[in-house]
Amino acid sequence: MTQEERKRLIEQRLKKRYLKEKVFRSIGLLAVLAALSMLFILFATIILSGYRSFQQTYIRLNVLLDKTVIAPSGSANDDDIFSADYVALLKATLKDMFPEVSSRQEKKMLYSLLSSGASMQVMDFVMQNKNLIGTKQTIWVTADDDFDMLIKGYIKRNVPEEERRIKDVQLKWIDKMMAQGRVEKRFNLPFFINGDSREPELAGIRGGLVGTFYTILVTLLLSFPLGVATAVYLEEFAPLNRWTDIVEVNINNLAAVPSIVFGLLGLAVFINFFGLPRSSPLVGGLVLTLVTLPTIIIASRAALKAVPPSIRHAALGIGASKMQAVIHHVIPLAMPGMMTGTIIGMARALGETASLLMIGMVAFIVETPADILEPATVLPVQIYLWADSAELAFVERTSMAIMVLLWFLIVMNGVAIVLRNRFEKRW
Amino acid sequence: MRKLLVASLVFMFLFATSAVSYAARDYINIVGSSTVYPFATVVAEQYGKSTKFKTPKVESTGTGGGLKLFCGGVGVEHPDIANASRRIKASEVEMCGKNGVKDIIEAKIGYDGIVIANSKNAPLMKLTTKDIFLALVKDVPTDKADELKPNPHKTWKDVNPELPDVKIEVLGPPPTSGTRDAFVELAMESGCKEFAWVKELKDEKKFKAICHAVREDGAYIEAGENDTLIVKKLAANSNAFGIFGFSFLEQSMDKIQGSVIAGVEPTFDNIASSKYPISRPLYFYVKKAHVDMIPGIKEYLKEFTSEKAWGPDGYLVDKGLIPMPPAEREKYEKSVNALENLSL
Repeated sequence: MTQEERKRLIEQRLKKRYLKEKVFRSIGLLAVLAALSMLFILFATIILSGYRSFQQTYIRLNVLLDKTVIAPSGSANDDDIFSADYVALLKATLKDMFPEVSSRQEKKMLYSLLSSGASMQVMDFVMQNKNLIGTKQTIWVTADDDFDMLIKGYIKRNVPEEERRIKDVQLKWIDKMMAQGRVEKRFNLPFFINGDSREPELAGIRGGLVGTFYTILVTLLLSFPLGVATAVYLEEFAPLNRWTDIVEVNINNLAAVPSIVFGLLGLAVFINFFGLPRSSPLVGGLVLTLVTLPTIIIASRAALKAVPPSIRHAALGIGASKMQAVIHHVIPLAMPGMMTGTIIGMARALGETASLLMIGMVAFIVETPADILEPATVLPVQIYLWADSAELAFVERTSMAIMVLLWFLIVMNGVAIVLRNRFEKRW
Repeated sequence: MRKLLVASLVFMFLFATSAVSYAARDYINIVGSSTVYPFATVVAEQYGKSTKFKTPKVESTGTGGGLKLFCGGVGVEHPDIANASRRIKASEVEMCGKNGVKDIIEAKIGYDGIVIANSKNAPLMKLTTKDIFLALVKDVPTDKADELKPNPHKTWKDVNPELPDVKIEVLGPPPTSGTRDAFVELAMESGCKEFAWVKELKDEKKFKAICHAVREDGAYIEAGENDTLIVKKLAANSNAFGIFGFSFLEQSMDKIQGSVIAGVEPTFDNIASSKYPISRPLYFYVKKAHVDMIPGIKEYLKEFTSEKAWGPDGYLVDKGLIPMPPAEREKYEKSVNALENLSL
């Protein structure tokens, strides 16, 4: 082989190698792009189907706060105000606005344009303004979900009447109200301050948020100390023998166990054996502790391993005991890594539903829990329940609740990244 | 760090002691059928708003699971009310009795229709229960007695020459669902009885094995308990059919249509007058021993049995419940509010 030939051969091979390198890189890039575009599609569909529920349709009514209905005994005491028939007041108001409506069927259709929560809004108004009883007042009340869907364009006006949930007569009334400027879209505050409801226009995530808070609090308070203590013992103190090997293998296995299994365990142990209250954040937190513990232990052990042995040797060398070396030097240095692991574990717990199914947290609960023993749901369960509801308006509520959940997850993961960048030391 | 450790140790101690001290409950605990769930939750919400009692907790566990919890015993840790999309069985009453749940109040609340629906873009189907049976059964009985062959039908045309030449693709609930139980009992069984020798079978187990077996070769797709999802899939695939409750059809009339069964359309009036063949009664059961133990149960029963809830103009009808005839409503209103015991 001449010099010339050899050179050519090398150049050819070089070309091939460069090409291979290019292909390899572009495959990697494609994978990243595919993942990103999936993420983008996910976010786009959720935001597109949910952003409209930041607003909710309200109707302006001039309600006559009839004294004979609200305070029949003459004085406006709280009991009378609570038990008064506000539906009758609203019906009278609508009758005033549409005197031409007379048949029973049509009246029912007219009243159904208002949310069933409207009477409660009138009651709240009266409770706060007792001096206005007997006068005519302007009150904004929530519109029914079908009305809301029409205003937002989900119910189309051009489909045949029998396929539309808003009928032609109702359209006529709605148009009249709109012409009078009585219909307005406002910020959907009830979504954030109400508990669950079967009426989409009244349903809110407060119960789910508070339930999530309590559940995660219980999880954090139990799993962080338990996880860190386990990791420190296994990493720093435990002798290397068959037993610690078995424990280690088991922890790694537990991290991969499906969460529904932990739910079954929770049902058998915490509810049936210990008799803790079903559906409570306490039991939820205990189950989620089991779900997150392996993650926290594994992350904490990795963080402890990353602390160089020279730190331990130096501490021991100047006379510190083993415990002093660990508590004063190793743990503080490993803390950012442990925290990151814990936050990622908590983020997993935040999105957990399957394990909560077995312990009764998948339930219709309106009241906001006041402590960790009262029945509660969590945010992902709320999403699951709404996604299963028949009403059209729950579709956008579901997407909105997903946005809230995603926001929390992003914030938590963001905090984890900041902690890591700010406090983590590299050697 | 040290503070956090101490705090959590204290917390763990508190948890250990609180387990013992948990006693009273001031809200009603309801479990049971996912079909009754939408109705029970609406009543619970109305009740919570219009009385001073707390809103009851409603859990959707399925009829069987709910009755099992319900029959677990008497005491605050057991549910007070169980919703059911079928009548309680004698075996379940027995199980209840064994655990000390002796007195049970039965309330029938109305009816629910099960529809077979497809996309509006496809032609409306006119089916008989025999068509449904032949399309979905695992093994088809032949004309000869005691002979079965694996279901050969690939398209609707194979089942009945009058039906379109479209592949059989039906999305329906899984075996754990009460809707599935009712569908199998009402639609499949009546189609099954068209075969003379099957109808005359004395052996009930064998009869059920033939009539209740749904095919597993992919023509029937178990779509989970989420009916909203089935409706979405039907809208996207105009060849597919779905099986679900009438209330979901009513909410999506612009996208899907309910097939005509045995010449009867699935409409509100046809189900209420029980002309439509696939409809079933819905119930709930109350533990009498709890009526005085948990505050507000009587008021809840009163709310549920009031005309403004379950009457023909009531709010449950807006959610898809088919009301009972007036005489039946009156009967149950009386017996429930008088806390009369169940008699099977």
